[in-house]
Amino acid sequence: MACAACTEVLDESWGLTPSVELRPEPFGALAYHFGNRRLTFLKTRQLVAVVRGLDEAPDVRSALAAGGVAEREWPAYVAALRNLAATDMIRPIAAAAGEGR
Amino acid sequence: MTTVAHGPTLLEHFEHGLDAPICLTWELTYACNLTCAHCLSSSGRRDPRELTTEQCEEVIDELQRMQVFYVNIGGGEPTIRPDFWHLLRYAVDHQVGVKFSTNGVRIDREKAELLASTDYVDVQVSLDGATAEVNDRVRGPGSYATALRALGHLRDAGFRDAKISVVCTRENVDQLDQLKALADEYGATLRLTRLRPSGRGVDVWDDLHPRPEQQRTIYDWLVAHGEGVLTGDSFFHLSAFGPADGSGALPGLNLCGAGRVVCLIDPVGDVYACPFAIHDSFLAGNVLDDGGFAKVWRESALFAELRSPQTSGACTSCQHFDSCRGGCMAAKFFTGLPLDGPDPECVQGYGESALSTERTVPLPSVDHSRPTAVRQQPVLLQLTRRTDLVAPPLSACAESPLAGFRG
Ligand code: SF4
Ligand code: SF4
Repeated sequence: MACAACTEVLDESWGLTPSVELRPEPFGALAYHFGNRRLTFLKTRQLVAVVRGLDEAPDVRSALAAGGVAEREWPAYVAALRNLAATDMIRPIAAAAGEGR
Repeated sequence: MTTVAHGPTLLEHFEHGLDAPICLTWELTYACNLTCAHCLSSSGRRDPRELTTEQCEEVIDELQRMQVFYVNIGGGEPTIRPDFWHLLRYAVDHQVGVKFSTNGVRIDREKAELLASTDYVDVQVSLDGATAEVNDRVRGPGSYATALRALGHLRDAGFRDAKISVVCTRENVDQLDQLKALADEYGATLRLTRLRPSGRGVDVWDDLHPRPEQQRTIYDWLVAHGEGVLTGDSFFHLSAFGPADGSGALPGLNLCGAGRVVCLIDPVGDVYACPFAIHDSFLAGNVLDDGGFAKVWRESALFAELRSPQTSGACTSCQHFDSCRGGCMAAKFFTGLPLDGPDPECVQGYGESALSTERTVPLPSVDHSRPTAVRQQPVLLQLTRRTDLVAPPLSACAESPLAGFRG
């Protein structure tokens, strides 16, 4: 179902970049990166919950599960997380060993 | 941007207003060393009621509580406030990043080094032409040299990615490539913004705002340069040059954010819907008298009105409405056009026809221009011939029998 690239991300450990702050808004949150001065919108509250949960979760898979995201939506969420990573809002902390499943 | 979205669109959320502004401008003083012909805030003289250092610190504390991530500081010329550098430090130390606009007058080598060593600060140097001739006509003699000297100090100090901020006028549209080259030379990013008839701009807008064909030049140039040039989202009315499906829209928020995501705190603490709308009609309250900025932002009647559904009048039936949204509220207001109609620079030409009808331009309600002309003040008036005259006017005591007859 999910493509390989997606599964890879699921096993990695990601976190909020230290110089990024989230500001809650009715739709979700604004994310601001004080270093590169980029402003991004997290368009749903669930995405905000996932992003906030990244730091605590051992890997992206657990963060999605903890955020209550249905498994069929994971590819969309992984894409959203990759977008956030493209502007350094979040980043992989350490690539997991990737034993495969 | 993320693709995960349900319910109201982001745009709709913005229209209803956010808990705190995204684009907050704070003008620290009305005092300025220059007297630019198009100054949006009619600056010149300091206002004796300007916020004290302590009052400014309280505003910053409040911005920190509201998580306003950064503030655009301007003026007047903000750096001529003696406590400017202190306030800059104070803001950064309180997680409020600072972008400030300056004409460069106080950016010497030492200050450039200080700026280069401070995180979370962005500097925007104003320049309205790629040559001294074009720039100084609007901003005053010597202002080109001042700006370039400041940019040189910033570059030499290792300040990364300063901005060169240009207000696009009839006189500099032809210089866009040159301006870009200038920015590249200084390791800076070019930022182009729209000339609006705000402040003293109202007096020169007719003569300086880009002609219709030049608007097209700006649009094409922006499309060609994409994200490599900043615009502060100020040209969204030009998106209507693109196809009606909106695919030619310029990057950014395509809506007027006044009072919704945009606002201004002026030097005396008055809160206006937008930095280009310093007028009693757009005054929401005062940070000192009305219980602080957050309260004004969240509870003022004016902002509630701006966030409620707006009618779009003649624009409703326009196929470009989704990307243009009727353009800029301030531009309409200060040219005396109805707020629920086309922008004066509507690319469909509706603005021009609206401008040629009966209209009353509102009188300014705030003006800190210096009362008498100062040395080096730009004068945009030119002596020209009346085009309808073919011969000298007829004097009352002309004796020639052929007087008044055309030869
Ligand atoms: S009034 Fe004009 S300048 Fe102000 S936010 Fe609206 S479109 Fe922008
Ligand atoms: S008619 Fe209104 S919406 Fe259409 S292009 Fe003109 S200003 Fe924009």
